[in-house]
Amino acid sequence: MKTEIAVKYLRQEKLPFIWCAGCGHGIILASILRAIDGFGWSKDEICIISGIGCCGRTPGYLDFHTLHTTHGRALTFATGIKFANPALKVIVVMGDGDSVAIGGNHFIHAARRNIDITAIIFNNYIYGMTGGQASPTTPVGKIASTAPYGAIDPPFDIVELAIGCGATYVARGTAYHVPALDNLIKKALIHKGFSVVDVLSPCPTAFGRRNTMKGVVENFTWLKENVIRKSATKGKTSEEIGKRIIIGEFLNIEKPEYTEIYKRDIIDKVRSPIKSSSINFFV
Amino acid sequence: MPLLLSGNEAIVEGALASGCRMFGGYPITPSSDIAEKMSLRLPKMGGKFIQMEDEIASLGACLGSSLTGIRSMTATSGPGFSLMQEHIGFAAMAEIPCVIVDVQRGGPSTGLPTYPSQGDVMQSRWGTHGDHPIIVLVPFSILECYTLTIKAFNYSDKFRTPVIILSDEILAHLREKIELLKEIDIKVRNFPEVPPEEYLPFDSRYLVPPLAPYGKGYRFHITGLVHDETGFPTADPEKVRSLQERLASKIPEEEVRDIDVRYMDDAKICLFSIGSIARSALRAVLQLREKNKKVGFIRPITVWPFPYDEIKRLSRDLDVIYVCEMNMGQIVGEVERAAECDVRFIGKADGTIISPGEILHNVSI
Ligand SMILES: Cc1ncc(C[n+]2csc(CCOP(=O)(O)OP(=O)(O)O)c2C)c(N)n1
Ligand code: SF4
Ligand SMILES: [Mg+2]
Repeated sequence: MKTEIAVKYLRQEKLPFIWCAGCGHGIILASILRAIDGFGWSKDEICIISGIGCCGRTPGYLDFHTLHTTHGRALTFATGIKFANPALKVIVVMGDGDSVAIGGNHFIHAARRNIDITAIIFNNYIYGMTGGQASPTTPVGKIASTAPYGAIDPPFDIVELAIGCGATYVARGTAYHVPALDNLIKKALIHKGFSVVDVLSPCPTAFGRRNTMKGVVENFTWLKENVIRKSATKGKTSEEIGKRIIIGEFLNIEKPEYTEIYKRDIIDKVRSPIKSSSINFFV
Repeated sequence: MPLLLSGNEAIVEGALASGCRMFGGYPITPSSDIAEKMSLRLPKMGGKFIQMEDEIASLGACLGSSLTGIRSMTATSGPGFSLMQEHIGFAAMAEIPCVIVDVQRGGPSTGLPTYPSQGDVMQSRWGTHGDHPIIVLVPFSILECYTLTIKAFNYSDKFRTPVIILSDEILAHLREKIELLKEIDIKVRNFPEVPPEEYLPFDSRYLVPPLAPYGKGYRFHITGLVHDETGFPTADPEKVRSLQERLASKIPEEEVRDIDVRYMDDAKICLFSIGSIARSALRAVLQLREKNKKVGFIRPITVWPFPYDEIKRLSRDLDVIYVCEMNMGQIVGEVERAAECDVRFIGKADGTIISPGEILHNVSI
């Protein structure tokens, strides 16, 4: 991370990060900050909200309005914030367990509403914080502390899930392909509507070690070797692509956004012309 | 002009009059018509209604909107109230104002969806894990459904705490004539007195630190982890203790406790009850008084914090307190802790109201 950006946006007194050496989460955080910096947004208009897990610690380092909620429920708080004050820019960071296990219900409904929130999934295929239990994205056959013989539950494809549920911007990146990730996060952040970036993030400690990737380098090499850019898949057959994970933008469409529809189609139509209330709190 | 309102409608009127401008909810009998009325009325006042995917989400959305400075409410019943416990704890820990209406129905589990109960009295106090402060108000008339809702919003802002209104299926759909208030006493939460650089969201110099709304220049951190004054996690026993002690003492019990006491001056026995069942108890007291029996009536309006001191004092000259509640024995235990006389229990949880006749039948005089 460039020093200017680190100085501008990080709560210096909260450093160093709690994350292990080689954790992908810090790389994603840096990507988010570069994107925000590029837009020149004021720190006062940004809310960053997380659930619980290693990923959940992200907001604590950032000098925005930050909210560390309950496991899986970050999107519910984010929905309330955005709905109540649409002028705020609302970013949610979630782990894979956070977003699509315990928070799966909230994820699909936030996507369905197309509310203007950017959800960035720190997807490390594992429950990092609690010591390496299987998550809904653990690939079949991989070892987790609760899948000592290999996971048998088929994993979610977060990109397909998000598209199926109504998100209007959906992309996948990795903590290895950083310039591409910067670009995807930027596009997600300026997108109006529910945007999702599924980011593959190495967890050497809880996932790598158990799955033949002992060192930090192996974890990143694995990403390098097992990922293919969407642009590079053009003209390739599915055999040629093989088991490689495709990264890039999968959906970018315009659809009416939730808070705008509520205002346009409901409030503006039914609001009584006489000011019905003189109560003005902080808004 | 008096209005003929149900308990649920009166709660809606109280909320709107209090300046509630956001409601997040999930349908459940017998609370659904609160959500329905809010969905109709809020946008007319520029407010917002959102139907969430479950009750955890409903309260989560209310807490989010409350953090932007908007008075927010949700309403539910038994099964939904169980789901909300996680975020009641978060609201207590992060000290986020919100109002939660629990229209009690028979339980446990799906229980008796369309029949009344008072089975959530202890859950409303201890439903979420860990020690935490809470205020629980129990209306017994339609007018109180209205006035206590107004009070609930004021308490929740003043003390930065979730406030629960414990109604039940009887009050929810009972209709009485009430006069809406012309002037409402609204006490909104305090805005910080210091500039953003000096602001501490959990400033221990206050019992209830001011809460800055998101988006107004005060950037700070909120977590459900135990935190210090700055809002950041800590496990330093001293700081943990300081937070726990402030939380445990921040609601001034003398101010918040409210108790309805009648016919106690010469009473030898007393009927003690809360909420809708207190209506039956009061009727029974009146009937006994007509026969010149020295019977009194006690009804906590604020059930948590519980009025231990008042019960202790009032029970000194009594022979016996009969506790009437629509459950298998919950608040009776608290009365036993406080009372200096005999305590007997009249209760049931079969979905039918405890009638004045049933109470009279069980009272020996
Ligand atoms: C309701 C609830 N259940 C379980 C937990 C325990 N828990 C904390 S973090 C976590 C999983 C974290 O995994 P993930 O969301 O993938 O984030 P990561 O740590 O991998 O970044 C679990 C199960 C909790 N805090 N709350
Ligand atoms: S356990 Fe895994 S996810 Fe958590 S900090 Fe360590 S490397 Fe990162
Ligand atoms: Mg994970």
